[in-house]
Amino acid sequence: MASLPGYRRPYPGTQPDYLHPPYISSLKRAPSKPLVYLPHTLSEVTGPTFHASAVDVKACDLTRQHSGEPLGERIVVSGRVLDENARPVPHTLVEVWQANAAGRYQHKVDQHDAPLDPNFTGAGHTLTDEKGQYRFVTIRPGAYPWKNHQNAWRPAHVHFSLFGPAFATRLVTQMYFPGDPLLPVDPIFNCTADEKARNRLVSLLDWETTVPEHALGYKFDIILGGRESTPWEK
Amino acid sequence: MNRQATTSQTVGPFFQVGLSRFYVHDLAGPGVSGQRVEIVGRVLDGDGQGVPDAMIEIWQANAHGKYAHPDDRQEKSTEPGFQGYGRTPTEEDGLFRFKTIKPGQVLGPDGKLQAPHIVVSVFARGLLRRLVTRIYFPDDAANSEDYALSLVEPSRLHTLIAKKSSKHDGVMEWNIVLQGPDETVFFDC
Repeated sequence: MASLPGYRRPYPGTQPDYLHPPYISSLKRAPSKPLVYLPHTLSEVTGPTFHASAVDVKACDLTRQHSGEPLGERIVVSGRVLDENARPVPHTLVEVWQANAAGRYQHKVDQHDAPLDPNFTGAGHTLTDEKGQYRFVTIRPGAYPWKNHQNAWRPAHVHFSLFGPAFATRLVTQMYFPGDPLLPVDPIFNCTADEKARNRLVSLLDWETTVPEHALGYKFDIILGGRESTPWEK
Repeated sequence: MNRQATTSQTVGPFFQVGLSRFYVHDLAGPGVSGQRVEIVGRVLDGDGQGVPDAMIEIWQANAHGKYAHPDDRQEKSTEPGFQGYGRTPTEEDGLFRFKTIKPGQVLGPDGKLQAPHIVVSVFARGLLRRLVTRIYFPDDAANSEDYALSLVEPSRLHTLIAKKSSKHDGVMEWNIVLQGPDETVFFDC
């Protein structure tokens, strides 16, 4: 059997190193030995898929999960999921989670002294459509303090989790907001050496998806690893 | 023009908010074929402390050695009750467990069958990218011929092979050591 085409490896500098000393939690958790290079096998070019029946169609609107409306600035976060060959990634699961407008997560470990919002859980999911598009309605999350260093504050962000077509394309990332003054001092945002790569984590204010009189739109396109060319494409 | 894949960011300490809906601890429903196994382990940091805020995902073939995925073109059958996907958070002491079946052998890149294995992603606060590793099964003759295991330094192979529990039948113990002398082998994948 001809060997399977694998997925492309990241461009140098565009993904974080495991050890990033300004991010204190990486010190005891980053592996100390070099990774073992593994050419992709059938196990890595396949991966979990999620059928539409597993998805709650209402889960893409984080502002309508409770009896009342959450406090904060309502926003639309949308974009396309593409691969490195610019092909849409259809029908893939996108999961998001975030703090509320006050910068507090609905999580027992979060002890930040800011109010919880009984009308906001901060969790959503959806499948991309056939063009790779996704769309969430939510509220703009607040910044919040954390214990990484003296007076450390995380910039406002939304967590994203995606599978893509294969085990090899799995991605967990964070989306940020344009013009946030906390970005230049955040060790997590700045963990990636390549400046252009990290700036692609910043969403764009988008008039096309802004709903007049209702919600500002932010656009965040996500690129997953692309497949190496297949023999019939060469 | 080629685009570049989006930069990874840590899953952080609050992933339960968003990722709990698709937790799957028990992969094999009733009637699924194969030898039942429970995999139990802990995620440990560089100080040997349990990591209470990690998330483990697994992906595996069914007992016939077939993945529930369109790119698996091996002439073997899928099983409706088995998707091969699992996800669980760790508990306070870093403990995690999955109930599943031992996968069959799938084709390797060298044209030979790979030994039965489960692929694993590890996410945690402190991990800016996921870590990728594999679980192999003890006393499986195919391990000595396995493609991925052949890439690993012999002195570190034991970190990829689960151990039979001396206390419980059908239980395999397999820890994930993130850092240190007995660090688990992680793959660049």
